[in-house]
Order: sequence, then C-alpha cells, then structure tokens
Amino acid sequence: MTSGAPARVVLSEHDISRALTRIAHEIVERNKGAEEVLLLGIPTRGVPLATRIGARIVEAESGRVSAAELVGTIDPTMYRDDLRRQPTRGLEPTRIPPAGLTDKVVVLVDDVLYSGRTVRAALDALSDVGRPRAVQLAVLVDRGHRELPIRADYIGKNLPTARHERVSVHLRELDDADEVVLS
Amino acid sequence: MRHLLSAADLSREEAITILDTAATMAATQSRAIKKLPALRGLTVVNLFFEDSTRTRISFEAAAKRLSADVINFAAKGSSVSKGESLKDTAQTLQAMGADAVVIRHSASGAPHRLATSGWIDAPVVNAGDGMHQHPTQALLDAFTMRRHLMPEAGTGAGLDGKRVVIVGDVLHSRVARSNVDLLHTLGAEVTLVAPPTLLPIGASTWPCRISYDLDTTIAEQAPDAIMMLRVQRERMSSAGGGFFPSAAEYSRRYGLDAARFEALPGHALIMHPGPMNRGLEISARAADSDRSTIVEQVGNGVAVRMAVLYLVLAGNEGTPS
Repeated sequence: MTSGAPARVVLSEHDISRALTRIAHEIVERNKGAEEVLLLGIPTRGVPLATRIGARIVEAESGRVSAAELVGTIDPTMYRDDLRRQPTRGLEPTRIPPAGLTDKVVVLVDDVLYSGRTVRAALDALSDVGRPRAVQLAVLVDRGHRELPIRADYIGKNLPTARHERVSVHLRELDDADEVVLS
Repeated sequence: MRHLLSAADLSREEAITILDTAATMAATQSRAIKKLPALRGLTVVNLFFEDSTRTRISFEAAAKRLSADVINFAAKGSSVSKGESLKDTAQTLQAMGADAVVIRHSASGAPHRLATSGWIDAPVVNAGDGMHQHPTQALLDAFTMRRHLMPEAGTGAGLDGKRVVIVGDVLHSRVARSNVDLLHTLGAEVTLVAPPTLLPIGASTWPCRISYDLDTTIAEQAPDAIMMLRVQRERMSSAGGGFFPSAAEYSRRYGLDAARFEALPGHALIMHPGPMNRGLEISARAADSDRSTIVEQVGNGVAVRMAVLYLVLAGNEGTPS
C-alpha cells in the first residue's frame, strides 16, 4: 500500500555506507573488540547487511577476526506467530559458524525494525540453536510502530513513518542500487 | 499449495520449493532441539484406511517435529461402503477441527475425492492411494537423489539430465508412477524396466523410456540411480494373477544381483522404497553397499513430509476452516 505521495530516497548509497561503518565501529567499541561477537543476518536483506558490517569489523580489527567466523544467518520464519496470516514463503538457510553461538555475543542484523515480531521470532530461533551470552540488535532503519518491547542497540537511521507508508531497502547484492526509499 | 494429491500436479517450481524447504527442515534435524514451533496449535489427522506403519510414523514424526497435534485414525475394518465411509469420516474430522488430513486409501482417487467433495475444508495430503500415487515418496526419492547427485547445486536445482532406472512391478506401484511424473518434471530421464506382464496398459504414453531387459538398460543408460521396486510374492502364483512364473526367474532377469551391481557406474545410487525382499529383487550386497540410500531415504522422508505439511498449512488462514 502506498500513500500516494511520490517515493523519496531517505538514505543514499553514501548514507548507507556511512551508517554501516558507524554500526561496525559501535559494535567493536561496545563489545571491546570482536573476538566474542557473532553477526547473524536475518533474511533476506539482513544477510548482505551483516556481511558488509562484518567486512568493516574485520578491517577495523585488522585481521584479529575472520569473516567466516564472524558472520552467519538465521531464518526466523518457522518461529513467527503470524505464519498462517502470510502467504507461504520459502525458508532460507540458517548458517551458524562452526564455533557455534554458545557464550558469544550475538548481534542480529536486519534491514528495517518495525513491529518487532521478526526479531522476537529470531530470538526464539536462537534459543533452539544455542545459548548466547548476550543478544544485541542492529538495524539499518528503525521506522517505529513497535508491537513488542524490543529496541535496537545499533540504528543506521531513525525514520519516523506513518503506518501506511512503506520503507523499501534496496541493496546492490539483491537489487539494482543501494538506497532506502520511503513511499 | 492447497493440497498434495499427485506428483503429476506439481509444477517444477513447486516441486523445487518443496525440496528446498525439505533441505532446510533436514538441517534443523541435526540440532539438539529438533522441534520447531511452526504448526503449534494445529491438528493433523493421519487417516489410514490401509496399513502402513512406516508412512504413518513418518508423517507423525514430521507433524510432531513442527509442534502440531497428531490424531491417528485407523479406519481399517470399516464395513460401510467406501464412498459413505469416507464422507462420514471426513465430516467427523471436520467437526473435530482437523487442520490437515493425511490420507492413505486402497482406492485410487480417494484423496482427490476428499479434497474436492466439499465434505471437509482442510488441506489433504495423499499418503498413497491404490495403484495411483504416493507423492511424498517420490519427493523423498528426488530429495535423496538431488542431495547425492547434485551436492554442489544447492537450492533451486532440479535433476536435469540425471538418468534414473526404475525396476520391477510397475503395474501395482504407485511409487513408480509418482516417480515417473516427478522426475520428469525435475528434468531427469527415467527408464522403466519390467516384465511385460507387470507394465500397465498405457505406460507407453508416460514421459519415460520402457525396457524389458535390465542388463541392456544398465549397459546403455549407465544410470545415476537405480530404484528397485518391491515384488509381492503372492503375485507369482496363478491365484495372485500369475504375473511371472517363479521367484527364481524374476530374480535372474530383474534382480539387482552382484553382477548387475558391479556393472553399474561407480557413483550410481541404489534405492528402494522398502520393505525389501533381500535375495529376490535386491541382493544383500547391493542393499548394504555404501552406495545404497535405502536407510537414508527413511530419514529424508521425515524432512520432506515436514516441508509438505508446512507448505500446505502455513499461510492458509484466509481460507475457510
């Protein structure tokens, strides 16, 4: 559903790049390094975002961590409480680095934080895979309208929106360009 | 996907979605906690008019791994005529609030009748009907083949160009029928090998090759997978139809003995839907070899049935229930 207003780019390629660099540094700073950190992207667009943040952390930590051990994915689809209200979607793989996530600081990475239900499902999915020491949340855009007591630790941009508005995140890995569009 | 009634109904895209979903389900089955909450609060009824412990347990395990409640309804021994009995049972299940029905019936077309009669609104999954179809068996066979023959292909892959030989009692086999349909959809080349008496009329119109000679077929096709069908011993006698003269002759011409096993390409998978008659259609050597996927097929069956139940049950709230 669109508002009828023209679509407007709220984050450009450059803005996205800067936001991810900042998030990467905040993660390293807050966790005093990245040795204990595991980034888990939530499909679909959380996965390339986690990969990009991971690459920046590897760079910032100058080789003290490897991307293969730092980044994975977690698909929360099977844990959603609204599974029956949505059209069936294919499941995405869950890939946890071989060291597992027990006692790690897991940072969930997603593109847009909205109702919070995806994150809740991801938290349930995590608990079936292991027991992280702590879980943090990084999102590119926080658009508000939470339905659960969930907040992000790292936010690319706070974007106040109306419910009828639509936030579309486009990433080069999956789409033509890097941009966030509000329509 | 509303129902799963026949492997022939599946488009290539749907079939691959099921296989990809099954791969994800299989990955969760190696975890310490195997249970997923996806179908919590839903009731799956296993409606078995015909005995099949393996298939029923497989569906039951699949439903339970997805947190659904399972009711096993063994309708064997019912004396009412089949049409009425199915209708009465369906209406009972509807009243009890079944969210999905898994049905096994000796009459071909019973699942289709249940799905389209309006007696019940729940999705229907065919767990084998008469000599007609057994789509989840075909899916688990395809899943097993894809895993071994195309390990690098990952999600989205079919079985394009793979050669599969299916040997034995095609006439009475819903497994063979379902496999021909599905493997053709996925791009594989199928050859059926059977005595002429065990091929159904019209098999020549199916999307596969037909041969009466197993040795020639193995030599010419160099199959990537060979699937041996179970031989019902009672079909040998004249009372059972007299489809072939003796077990020894069948075994000599169509059994996967040591010599034929050696003649297969080194990577060829040995498959069997079970239960096996060792020494009749398959030698112990072939059945127990490291290329045999017979035991793995059973495990893959649970993942495939999880995928099917998930796909027919998720996203269905918009439909009347």
